[in-house]
Amino acid sequence: MMRLLLTLLVGACLLAPPVSAQNGPLRIVITEGVIEPLPFAVPDLIGATPEANQMGAQLARVIAADLAGTGLFREIPSTAFISQIRDFGAPVQYADWKAINAQALITGSVSQAGNALTVQFRVYDVFSGAELGNGLQFSGSVDGWRRMAHKVADAVYSRITGEGGYFDSRVVFVSESGPKDQRLKRLAIMDYDGANVQYLTDSSSIVLAPRFSPTGDRVLYTSYETGSPRIFVLDIGQVQRRVLDTTEGTMSFAPRFAPDGRTVLYSVTQGGNTDLYSMSIDSGAQTRLTSDPSIETAPSYSPDGSQIVFESDRSGTPQLYIMSAGGGEPRRISFGQGRYGTPVWSPRGDMIAFTKQNKGRFHIGVMRTDGSEERLLTASFLDEGPTWAPNGRVIMFARETQGAAGRSALYSVDITGRNLKAITTPDGASDPAWSPLQN
Amino acid sequence: MSIITKITTVALVLAMAACTNAGRLGGGPGSAGAGSGSVIPGSANDPTSPAYFQQAIGDRVLFAVDQSTLSSEAQGVLDGQARWLGTNADYVAVIEGHADEQGTREYNLALGARRANAAREYLISRGVAPNRLKTISYGKERPIEICSEEACYAKNRRAVTVLSGGLAG
Repeated sequence: MMRLLLTLLVGACLLAPPVSAQNGPLRIVITEGVIEPLPFAVPDLIGATPEANQMGAQLARVIAADLAGTGLFREIPSTAFISQIRDFGAPVQYADWKAINAQALITGSVSQAGNALTVQFRVYDVFSGAELGNGLQFSGSVDGWRRMAHKVADAVYSRITGEGGYFDSRVVFVSESGPKDQRLKRLAIMDYDGANVQYLTDSSSIVLAPRFSPTGDRVLYTSYETGSPRIFVLDIGQVQRRVLDTTEGTMSFAPRFAPDGRTVLYSVTQGGNTDLYSMSIDSGAQTRLTSDPSIETAPSYSPDGSQIVFESDRSGTPQLYIMSAGGGEPRRISFGQGRYGTPVWSPRGDMIAFTKQNKGRFHIGVMRTDGSEERLLTASFLDEGPTWAPNGRVIMFARETQGAAGRSALYSVDITGRNLKAITTPDGASDPAWSPLQN
Repeated sequence: MSIITKITTVALVLAMAACTNAGRLGGGPGSAGAGSGSVIPGSANDPTSPAYFQQAIGDRVLFAVDQSTLSSEAQGVLDGQARWLGTNADYVAVIEGHADEQGTREYNLALGARRANAAREYLISRGVAPNRLKTISYGKERPIEICSEEACYAKNRRAVTVLSGGLAG
C-alpha cells in the first residue's frame, strides 16, 4: 500500500515544478533551471562495537559526499544536530530534525564480523513525519566498504529523485604524466568519485580511449603496443589483454562494445582512409560498415543495439550521423555552427552527448537523437570525450588546459549544465569511460 | 663514391644507430673518426647519411589546418626525399602523420593517417617503391612544439619521414 502511494506520488510530482524548500512530499525533480539543494542529515551509522562505530562514521561521510556531490542535496553538519541517533530501531524525533531544516534524514546501522560487513539504513521524510520507502540491508566485505556507502547513497538518491543511481560505479581512464611532447599514458580504473585508483597497463606504449563492456568486466582500448594503433580487449579481473585486429597495413582505433558485449564497433584506417567496421569478439570476423573516402570514426551504439551514431567529415567538416547497426545510408543529425565529434548515445536512449568545437573553444553538449534541442554544457580551451553516468543524468569528460604546461583532468557536469566539478586523480587524466552500475 | 665506401658508410651509420636509438636513425653527432677528406661519414655533410636527409633535404612537410593536401613547398621537400631514397635504395621509411591539439583524439588520429598517406602517395608517384614506405598516425599524441598557439600548431601538423633499416631493404 505504501509502495503504491509512493508510485502515485511519483507520477504526480513528475509533472509538477521543482519542489520548493518546505512544501509537499520529499522529492527532487531533475529538470532544467536552478533548484535549491535539498537539506539532509546523515548521522554516523551505529555499530555495536567501537570498530563498527568507526566504520559507521566512514560510511556516513561517503554517503554524504555522494549526495552532496550531485549538487541536488546539501548536507547539514552534525554540529547542528539537536538529537542524536543512538538506536537504529527507535522512533525518530522528527521535531528535532525539522528544527534544523533537515528535510531528509538517513539513519543506519553497521555490523562487522571478520571481513563481512552488513549495513542497514532507513530514509525519513522529516516534514511528512514518515519513513520514505522501507529500510534496506546490504551485505559485503569490509575491504569493499565504500561500495556499501555508494549503494546506500544510490538508494537514497533513487527514492528522492525517482531516477536510477550512479554512485556504485567505476571509471576507466588514461592516466597521464610528463610534459605534452613526452607524455606517458597508462590505463587506470577508479571508483566514480576518484577513490581506489588502480593501474591496468604500464606506460611503455601510448594507450587511448578505454571503453567498458556492458557488464563492466572488460575494457576495449587502443594501444601502440604492436607499433601502430590497434584495438585491444582487457579483462579487468585478470588484468589480461589481447590484441583484436592485426590486419597488416592498417591501424584500428576508437573501439566500443555493442550492448550484447560480443560485438565491437571500431575504426579501421587503410591507405589513409578511415571507415567503420564491426567485429565478433569471439570469432574475429569483421564486417565493413562504411565505404566512403571521408573519415568515419568515434562510433557508439544505441542502447538497443539497432543504430550507430558516429562522426564523419563527408560534408567537409566533422559532423554527427546516425545509421542502422548493419550500415546503410546515414542521416546527419548535427547542423549547428562548428565541428562535432565523439558522439555517445545515452544509456536512456534519449540523447547524444558530443564534443563541439566552435570559434576556438571546445564544448561538451547534448542533443536529442534527431539533433534537436542542442544544449552546450561546458566551454573551455579544450573539453573532450563525454561519457554518461549509468543513469544518463551526469556526464564526465576530460579538460586540458592551454599552453606549454597544459594538463588534462577529469570533470563531471549534469546534463542540465549545472554542478561542474573536477574529479581528483593522482596524475593528469583523460579519456574517461563510466561503467554501468555494479551488481 | 665506390660501392665499398658506400657499404662502409651504411654500416657505420647502422652501427651508430644501434648505439643510440634502435630502429631510428637520427642525425646525431657524427664522426666515427674514420672519415676521409672533409666529409665525415654519417654526418649531415655526408649526402648518403640520414642526418643529411633530415637536415639538408628535410624530413618533414607541414599542413594547413584540417588539411592533408600538399603545398608546392611540401611537394618540393618530398621531391628531394624521393631523389634521396632513389639513390639510397637500402633505406626504408615510416611516414609519421601528426595533428595539432585542436580537434578530438579520434579525428586527429584519422587526420594524421591522411597526412602520412598523402606524403606516401606522393613519394610513390615520384618513383619510390611502395613496399619501402609504411605509415603510422600519432594524431595529437606527439607534438614537437607545446605552446597553444598557431606558431606551434603549424609545426605540429606534419608528416615526418623516418628512415630505418638499410641493408635489409
